[in-house]
This record gives sequence, C-alpha cells and structure tokens, in this order.
Amino acid sequence: MENFLQQVINGISLGSIYALIALGYTMVYGIIKLINFAHCDVYMLGAYIGYFCMTSLKLGFFPSMVIAMLVCTVIGVLIEKIAYKPLRNATRIAVLITAIGVSLFIEYGTMFFVKANVRAYPEMTGFLAKSFAVGGLKITAQQILIVISTIILMAMLQFIVKKTKVGKAMRAVSLDKDAAELMGINVNSTISFTFAIGSALAGAAGVLVGIYYNSIDPLMGVIPGLKAFVAAVFGGIGIIPGAMIGGYFIGTVEVFVSGYGNSLYKDAVVFAILILILIVKPAGLLGKNTKEKV
Amino acid sequence: MKKKLSMLLAVGLLVSGITACGVKSEGSQANANEIKIGINYELSGGVASYGQSSVDGIMLAIDEINAAGGIDGKKLVPVKYDNKSEPAEAVILANKLISQDKVLAILGPATSGSFKSEVSVAEKKKVPVISGSATADDVTVDKTGKKDYAFRICYTDSFQGTAMANFASQNLSAKKAVIVKDSSSDYAKGLAENFIKTFKDAGGTIVGEEAYVAKDKDFNAILTKIKDLDFDVIYLPGYYEEAGLIIKQARALGIDKPILGADGFDSPDLTSLAGAGALSKVYFTNHYSSLDKDPTVIKFIDDFKKKYNKEPNAFHALGYDLAKFLADGIKRSKSLDSEALKEALASTTDFTGVTGSFSIDENHNPVKAIVIVGLENGVQATAVRSGK
Amino acid sequence: MKNIFKHSALQKFIMILITYAAIQGLISAGIIDDYLQATLATICINIVLAVSLNLITGFTGQFSLGHAGFMSIGAYVCAIITINNPTAVGFIMGIIAGAIAAALIGAVVGLPTLRLRGDYLAIATLGMAEIIKIVFLNLEITNGAAGLQGIPQFVNWTWMFVFTVATVLIITNFLKSSHGRACISIREDEIAAESMGINTTKYKVISFTLGAFFAGIAGGLYASFFFFLKPDLFGFLKSVDVLVIVVLGGLGSISGSIIAAVLLAVISMFLQSFSEVRMIIYALLLIILMLFRPQGLMGSKEISLSVFKKLGLKSKTRKEES
Repeated sequence: MENFLQQVINGISLGSIYALIALGYTMVYGIIKLINFAHCDVYMLGAYIGYFCMTSLKLGFFPSMVIAMLVCTVIGVLIEKIAYKPLRNATRIAVLITAIGVSLFIEYGTMFFVKANVRAYPEMTGFLAKSFAVGGLKITAQQILIVISTIILMAMLQFIVKKTKVGKAMRAVSLDKDAAELMGINVNSTISFTFAIGSALAGAAGVLVGIYYNSIDPLMGVIPGLKAFVAAVFGGIGIIPGAMIGGYFIGTVEVFVSGYGNSLYKDAVVFAILILILIVKPAGLLGKNTKEKV
Repeated sequence: MKKKLSMLLAVGLLVSGITACGVKSEGSQANANEIKIGINYELSGGVASYGQSSVDGIMLAIDEINAAGGIDGKKLVPVKYDNKSEPAEAVILANKLISQDKVLAILGPATSGSFKSEVSVAEKKKVPVISGSATADDVTVDKTGKKDYAFRICYTDSFQGTAMANFASQNLSAKKAVIVKDSSSDYAKGLAENFIKTFKDAGGTIVGEEAYVAKDKDFNAILTKIKDLDFDVIYLPGYYEEAGLIIKQARALGIDKPILGADGFDSPDLTSLAGAGALSKVYFTNHYSSLDKDPTVIKFIDDFKKKYNKEPNAFHALGYDLAKFLADGIKRSKSLDSEALKEALASTTDFTGVTGSFSIDENHNPVKAIVIVGLENGVQATAVRSGK
Repeated sequence: MKNIFKHSALQKFIMILITYAAIQGLISAGIIDDYLQATLATICINIVLAVSLNLITGFTGQFSLGHAGFMSIGAYVCAIITINNPTAVGFIMGIIAGAIAAALIGAVVGLPTLRLRGDYLAIATLGMAEIIKIVFLNLEITNGAAGLQGIPQFVNWTWMFVFTVATVLIITNFLKSSHGRACISIREDEIAAESMGINTTKYKVISFTLGAFFAGIAGGLYASFFFFLKPDLFGFLKSVDVLVIVVLGGLGSISGSIIAAVLLAVISMFLQSFSEVRMIIYALLLIILMLFRPQGLMGSKEISLSVFKKLGLKSKTRKEES
C-alpha cells in the first residue's frame, strides 16, 4: 500500500510536467491548428535561461523563473511573427514543416553555443531542498512546488480563456477566424497573445524541471515534448482541462507500468493506450466529435 | 505522366551524379608536410555530447603535437565531419574521408554501432580506424573473424562487466544484485550481460532487472519498485547523464545500498548531477583514479582546463589518448601509408597515456589495468587495481 | 499497364536505360567512388520512402507520421533472412518478405485507425511506429540496442536503381488506375467521394498498405546497403525526414518527391564540410524554403517532358490543393 501511494506521488509529479508542457501545445493547436514542434524547444530555452540567471547572475528561484518566462514570451512571439505568420494561409502541413525547421534550428543553435553535454542546475537551498516523510512516504518540496505551480498556472489559464476579453477573443478566433475578424477582433494580436502565454508556460516548465531533475541539455525537450503532445491529444487537443487530464494520465500510466509491470515496455504501453482511446473516442477524451457538414 | 516521371528520375539521378563529381574536384592535394587524419564523430543528434567531448580531447592532443613540431616535421591536419549519430551517415562519411580526403586513418565514431558500420568500410578500403569508446565486444573481432583495420583503446564490455562482477562478489561480498540498465544503449546492454554472467558464476543471484531509456529524467517509478526488493548492490551500467540522476533519486528515496557502474560514470558532471552527498558507496570501473598522482594525468587535466575552462571527463581523456596513440603509431610506422600504419598500431607496446599504459593485443584491443574507484561524499576515496 | 509497349513507353524505357548506363559507366570508370555511391543509395532509398509516403499523405490525404516504423519492419525482416541465407535469392526473398510484413502491419494498423482524421491519425501512426521501435529494442532476434550487424551486402547501384524505378512506376500506374483515382478523390473531398459510391475506408487502407509495402522495400534496401541496423535509427525523426521530403517536393507530386529527395541529399552533401553548424544551416534552409514555397517545390504539379524542350514549366491540369 505504501509502495502504491509512493508510486501515485511519482506519477503525479511526472504527470504535472507533461501537463505543463501540454498546455502550451493545446492552446496553440486550439487557435491555429498547428502542432507547434518548437514549443518543446522553448521549454528547453526556458531551462537554460533559468540556469544562467541562477549561475551567472546569482538570482534566486523566483526571479529566475520570472525572467525565463518573460524571455520565452518574447521568443515565442518572435517565432510566430517570423516563421508562422507569413504562412497563415498556406496548408497546415507546410506550417508543420516550418515548425520542425524552427525546432531543429533552436536545438542546434543552442547546442552550438552551450555544447551538447548536460549541465546540472545549482543545488537548491532552504525550503526547496527539504523533503518530508509522511508515514513511510517521501515527498520532496520540489514535487509539491511542481504540482502546485501546475495547478495554479492551469487555473490562471482557464480564467484568462473563460473570463477575460482576450480569452473571449481567443475562443472566437479558434472557432472561426474569419467571423472573428468580421466582429472586430484583431486576429493577429490574438494569435500572438496565445503564443506569448504558451511560451511563458513552457519557460516556467523549463525552470521547474531544471530544479526538479537538476539536469538540462539542448535536446531535453524532444521526448517530453512528444509525450506532452500525446497527452494533449489524449485529453482532446485544444481543450485546456483535457491537456491537464492527459498529462496526469500519461505520467501515472508510465509510472505504474514501470512500477508494477515491465519497465522495458512503459512507452509502448502509453502509446498503445493512446491508440485505443483514439479508436474509441476519435477526438480525445474530452473532445467533441464534430459532425461533418456536407 | 509516366514518361515525364521517368525522365525526371533519369535527369535527377544524373544531375546528382554530376554535382557529386563537381564536389569531388575541390578535394585534396596531398601536401608533403601534412598528414591528414579523418575525424568522424557524433557532433549532432542523440549522442552528440559523447562525440563533442571526444573531439575536444582529440583537438587538444593534435594542437599539442603540432605545437611541438608535428611528427617528424609533418603537421597533423584533422578533417572533421559530423555523422549526426547515424550509422549510415558514418558509413557515408568514412567513404568520403577515405576516397576523397585521402586520410591516413580515421578516429571515431564514439559509439559501437556507428563504429562497427565504419569498420566494414575500413576493411574494404584497408584504412585503419580507431575508436576511443566503442566498447562492444564484437567491434574488433566478430563471428566472421578478426577485423584487421579496426583498433580501440578502451576496455571491452566483457572486461569491465566481469571486473565489476568480481569486485562485487569478492570485495563487497554481494550475493544479490539488481540491474538498472539503459535499454536503448548497446554499451549498457553489453556491460549488463557480462556482469550478470560473471556474477551468477560466482554464486550470486540477480533479483531484479529494470530498464530506462537515454534522456529519461524520472526514475522514481523503478526505484520505488527496487526499494522493496532484498538486494546487496545495484549495478547501473550507463552514462553519467542518467546515472547521476538515478543515484540522486535513489538516495532521496532512502536506498543506501552500494551502486556500481562503469567508466561511463567518469565525469565531473556525475557529482554536480547527483550532488556530493548522494555519492557515497558508489563504485565504478575506470581507466585511472585521481588518487594516483601520475604526472601524465596531472598535466592533461591542467592543459585541458587551460584550453576549455572545465574539468575533463572520460571521453575527453580517451579522445586525447586516441590522438596520441595514433601519433605514436605514425611515428613508428615505416612509411606513411595505411598498411605500414596498421602494422605499427598493431605492434604498440607499453604506450603511456592518460588512461593508463597499455599494449595492443592480437585482437587489437588494449591490455590495460582497470581501477575500481570508490566514491565517498562525491570524492574518490578508494582505488582498487585489478590487472589483466 | 497495358500501354507499356506503346511508343512513349519505349521512349521512356530508353531514357531509364540511358540513365542507368551513364551512372553505371561512371561507377566502372571510378569517377563515382564509394562515397558518391553511398550518397546515391541514400537518394534512392529516400525516393522510395518519399514516393510511398506521398501516396498516403499527398494523394490520399491521410497524414501519417509512422513511415519509419514500416521501414524498420522491412529492414529487420530482410536483414534477418539474409543473415540466415546469405545468397542473392535470400536477399530477394528477404526484401519481399520484409515488404509483405510491413504491408500486413500497415493493413492491421490501418483498418481501425484510418477512420481518424488529420492530426489524430498522425499521432496514432506515430504511436504505432514508437511501439514497433520499442518491440525491436527488446526482441532477442533483433539483438536489441546493440543492433544487427554483419548483414550481407547485396545491394549495389543496379539493385538500387531497379527497385527505385519499379517503385515509382508501380505507384504512378496505381495512381492512374481507377483505384488510384478513388484515392485522390478521398483527398479532394471525402464526403463527396463517399456519396459517389466510393468505399473510402477500403481505398484508404489500400493506399496505406501499398505505402507500407514500399516503405518496407526501402527498409530492405537500407539494411542491405548499410549492413547495420539499430532500432533508434527508425525513430520519430526518421518519419519526419521523409515527411519533409514529401512536403518540400509538393504534396501530390511524384516528380516533386524525387526532386526534393535529390535536392536534400545534395544539400546534405555540401553541408558535410560544415561539421558543427550543418544542422543549423539545414534547419534554416528548411524554414526559408517553406516560407517562400509553402506549396512545395512542385505544388501538386508534375514535371513534363516539355520542360526540356521549352525550358519552362508546363503544368498538368490538376486542381491546386487548397
């Protein structure tokens, strides 16, 4: 039982990371129907920016995270303006290839400057270095931080999308870009705003992962990016709570397959479940099946 | 449409053939005062960090050799390519280095898979290739026999795995072991197999076998599972990138049993990833220990820090030795051709490098002693030698 | 297929023969050395992969990210058979068996998943390719992460050329048949196609299976030419590489796929000299090409003979993809 609960904790903290990255994917997909491959690299950049803030500028955790989020916001908006905006009317698959190009460019551009080897985040001190024993369970302060940050960020996001004017504009653009424009919504700035928020979240995720696992490298985004995207699809892409559920689900399944089954096949099981879910519910867990119009 | 297509196919292939020939002409005029050496490494892709580290070490050695006047007045000229961590690209580049750049020998690639692919080319073209880190047993000798032109200066997986299994059962009196291996790495696979074999022969049992894949960062699930097992040691064949995190997470979960590894652990990053506090009762097989004050090692570490402003790891050291080993072979070689160089390399005896002094055996593997380094609080505390 | 003996077919046959003979001549003369032959082999394998993916994604409109998975099945099956039977017959058996195995898996995976649309299908196929990779990583017969080595090398330029030309011809002929037209109609408008009485599921599965078959052929060629296989060669990035060729050439353009495969190989060859920055330049080129030619080099047009006569593009009258 104790073992089981410990695995639940492991699953939730891993799932939080996937959920945090998946949020960015899902928002961008919701609004311009693009799998933004560069998203996971913005996450990687966030981790590096946080790293340099902490080591070179000797800043603390919170200021570093805020700076990483700000810089990532700028990078995200720049990527959108330079690489995706000119292709607004091109086929989706062309934009997808551009996204792959941007992703490779960021990965190898970063690798050129910082080299491919891993770097260790500075060791945390104070509260963030603590760990708690509840019964036989071990919970670290960093795990708590990650779970809480994810929930807060996701709640903020849900609030922005559902309650604010920008959020309304985002939903309108996602439903019908042309109609939204006719209603006086500035489509371009709404899309930029979406990228800004998504990238800020990726930046935050980067710093959080940096302190949690204390290991960063230029290709660190590739695999979590893939899994986070799977999480987003699983929950129903374009739906914010869906990304969250997907993230936690994938994280937990992964942990339980490793913990109680065969760790060799953990990723295979994740993908097999994904395929099954898609066959049963083709639009993801929370997605609505849209009837085709003739 | 078919006609047009086939036309296109025809023209396309023709054009590519012609442009390819165009590229060729820019090739190489052999300069009498230069010795060209191919460097075929993983500079991008999944294992770029190993390739880049090896090349850093190689370049340091080449710069040193050239600054000291080269080999008999001839400068070493490296021709460096990136094989993107893909064996097929390694094959293409090996062909390019041999047929177009006309190199005397090729250094690299770093991983066994890519190196094995390159060896097939080398055998056909009769050009020596040397790796500093291709550890799989069948790199220099396989079912079809000995590879005449393949050399390496690192341990084989069986040697390292066996040494560690003996250490575990004799020095640590371990009876039960758990294996945690990187299922996506040939290095881990080879080490684990050999460790298990020797450990079982010595009367031990393997009570658990878990796997992860390279670039994983969360190992809590498998460690929580292991925690409840009854075991004496964990064998963790793999590289410092994941091993550091596994050790950190294992200690955080309260697993305090000894953790054993191989030369993939040897990196200052292991300490920074795991944290010095977690690195107690950690043992790994290695080429050298910082405890023995060998002047060659001290000089290397100083020079390396001066040039790159960081501490060297095992790949840096092996890369450095690789270039020095080749230079030593060229110096002793009767003439500057691949055949003579091969003979010279094969007859290397008592070459002294940073990673120990060694001779090349009949299978083109180095015969060198192994050190089992023990860490306490992140510092090397013990060093047990075991010869071969 | 029936017009194969017509005049134009003969002309085409001669063209193919000349190309083959020209390159074979250059090889015999030693002008095309092993390095260039390896590059040519990469081009041929990429053409087979791109043309077969184009059938699925470009012509039938089904977005697949699992092509590397099919390729790996073909590669491993062919490798295992040729290792056990190192003769030319063994190789032919291996490559055919590999392709059939890939096609079977394609059909099994395609049947349930092809009713998914767009990106959902892409993710399902990606998941399938990852599962195949993990299975190969853990099987005994594939030697896991250490990889299969010592695969006998049978494929030379002649084999490469024969398989590449055969793939292109079979797929173009398929596309001109009524089955092929049915596939194209699914891309243009699935609902309209269905109301015209086309069994869309059937044709999607046919196209997917055929695509998988030729991906298997490409895998067999790869295994035999590069004589070393490792599961992580066939990851997500390999599928993306193939997709890049298809999109760069133009979705729904066979000639585009061929041009793009050649072009990318030539670019990659020139970039080899820029060891550290080659991937950065490659990524930039990709972005720039897409920004300036989002419809791909050829759009959905095919190149025509008149190109060589008039040095201008004479397009086939096919609806531009929207």
